[in-house]
Amino acid sequence: MSEPLIIAGRTFGSRLFLGTGKFGSSQLMADAIAASGSDLVTLALKRFDPENRSDDMVKQVSQPGVNLLPNTSGVRTAAEAVLAAKLARQSLETDWIKLEIHPDPRYLLPDHHETLKATEELAKLGFVVLPYINADPVFCKSLESAGASAVMPLGAPIGSNQGLSTASMLEIIIRESNLPVVVDAGIGAPSQAAQALEMGADAVLVNTAIAVAENPVQMALAFKLAVQAGRLGFEAKLGQVRRAAVASSPLTSFLED
Amino acid sequence: MNQKQSLTSFADTYDQHPWDDTAALLASITKADVQQALSHPGVGTPKDFLALISPAAAPFLEEMAAISQSLTRKRFGKTVQLYAPLYLSNECINSCSYCGFSKEIPLPRTRLNQAQVEAEIAVLKAMGVEHVLVVTGDFSEKQARDYLTEAISWIRPHFAQVSMEVQPLPEEDYHFLSQQGLHGVMCYQETYGPRYPEFHKKGKKRDFRWRLETPDRLGRAGVHKMGLGVLLGLDDWRLDSFYVALHASYLQKKYWKTRLSISFPRLRPAKIGFSPDQPVTDRELVQLILAYRIFNENFELALSTRESPHFRNHMIPLGVTSISAGSKTEPGGYANPKAALEQFEINDERSPKEMDQVLRSAGLELVTRDWEPHFGLSSLP
Repeated sequence: MSEPLIIAGRTFGSRLFLGTGKFGSSQLMADAIAASGSDLVTLALKRFDPENRSDDMVKQVSQPGVNLLPNTSGVRTAAEAVLAAKLARQSLETDWIKLEIHPDPRYLLPDHHETLKATEELAKLGFVVLPYINADPVFCKSLESAGASAVMPLGAPIGSNQGLSTASMLEIIIRESNLPVVVDAGIGAPSQAAQALEMGADAVLVNTAIAVAENPVQMALAFKLAVQAGRLGFEAKLGQVRRAAVASSPLTSFLED
Repeated sequence: MNQKQSLTSFADTYDQHPWDDTAALLASITKADVQQALSHPGVGTPKDFLALISPAAAPFLEEMAAISQSLTRKRFGKTVQLYAPLYLSNECINSCSYCGFSKEIPLPRTRLNQAQVEAEIAVLKAMGVEHVLVVTGDFSEKQARDYLTEAISWIRPHFAQVSMEVQPLPEEDYHFLSQQGLHGVMCYQETYGPRYPEFHKKGKKRDFRWRLETPDRLGRAGVHKMGLGVLLGLDDWRLDSFYVALHASYLQKKYWKTRLSISFPRLRPAKIGFSPDQPVTDRELVQLILAYRIFNENFELALSTRESPHFRNHMIPLGVTSISAGSKTEPGGYANPKAALEQFEINDERSPKEMDQVLRSAGLELVTRDWEPHFGLSSLP
């Protein structure tokens, strides 16, 4: 059995995290969560009423064994993100926050300047901060110092289904990071999720590819299996891809002379 | 952005695209231009858009529908947002020849007071509405500032998202209102063509440039969303819509934090007896909506209750991302239907609950809440 994932002291049975936007019905979303085996699902603060304890969106997402990871989607500044985290903490009773600050409403690309400020402040307030970021290895180190509990670099523009177009940067991040690395955004097919886990990513977060599939429940299962396969492959140590042919007369055979 | 750049406006771009040149460009569009536009869906140029709304694209309608639908699902998922208009006043200082609120129409006018607005809010809340669009006729500038500031303060605390479709305002008013929690502003140019003065003979609305530069003022004021559109049927809908695309292209590069919403209100015969010169057919309106989506995968595309249930049922799944339902277009109409003059006749009377069922059977979810009302406020609690 593959090793469990631990983030901020909490152990996860699954390395697949799920986003809950874009589903055609809350029932389908609930069924897809169940099929995915995920025990961490994100929930946009803007989609539910934090003052309404019986909000339907929250009810549908809350399943036994599933932890909620509220996100700050919609905020444009660190100040708004901190407020969003506090509202989420109040209504969902969790210190966990997926920090996403994207002032640009089209590509939803993260603003690193604001993200760093918010991470520092939220970490001081005792939040478990998982920031959504560009695949920038140096910035990941800054977030480590700022008190993040994991980093969530994007594989490709969100919703693009382009897969791991930032692979070369992700490799550096994974190699150098002291924090768990969750590849977020851009993963469009189970094979791409498997690839991220094979590379050594600790987990992936998937939304569009599952929510928008013709059969979201079956797609959730496909991702579950792909993530398991990718992780098992990683732990079993993949054979190295040889960059050059192995010479039939070894270059160092003169040492035997 | 340096100071010089920040003071330029869309008017400069507009002046570089004379109406007659655009007409000539439209006449030159070929099948090859359409195929070129279809080859990079979601990220087109204004010229691509013109190709997609041209007569040459008519044979591609089915292909356009498939592309638009799949782009929309990818970008917005299987969701459609709900809003409802909240008409506060049918007073108006203008005489627009096509509008039910024209001051030339000798009918009593009303402006809702706080108690009346609260009665409207109660009905909307009971309908499950969380996003509202505040609508009024045009006031004098001072009255607009005073009344809208008050009205937004009455409405703001009750909804997740409050936007407005009112007269163009100065930048400082937009700035102030958005700090009070106003989310977005819709301001349609009506027509970008040379016949604008003919339709707007009196009142402040005669000032074409003031209106044309409204989105620039909105962008500088930092509103979250702005809405563009033309009144389809006033002039050549293809030429007019090209300028909407040109305007949108300009705005999204300059005010990159602001979301763009496009509407396509189609003129229908009003009580005042205005008949559009160049009515837009159902087939043409479908082509237009699909073209907007294929031109830009990020647009919010809004379809109101001006359109029929049949049209809406079939069109929504193909690219629309925002709909109204249960709308009343007369001030006070939610609490007291038909008591006051309405702006236009509703064509689809179905409630949000009924629309929810319709969408559900199409595999789509009607989203009522997609905003946290504290985002964007000047002082955070």
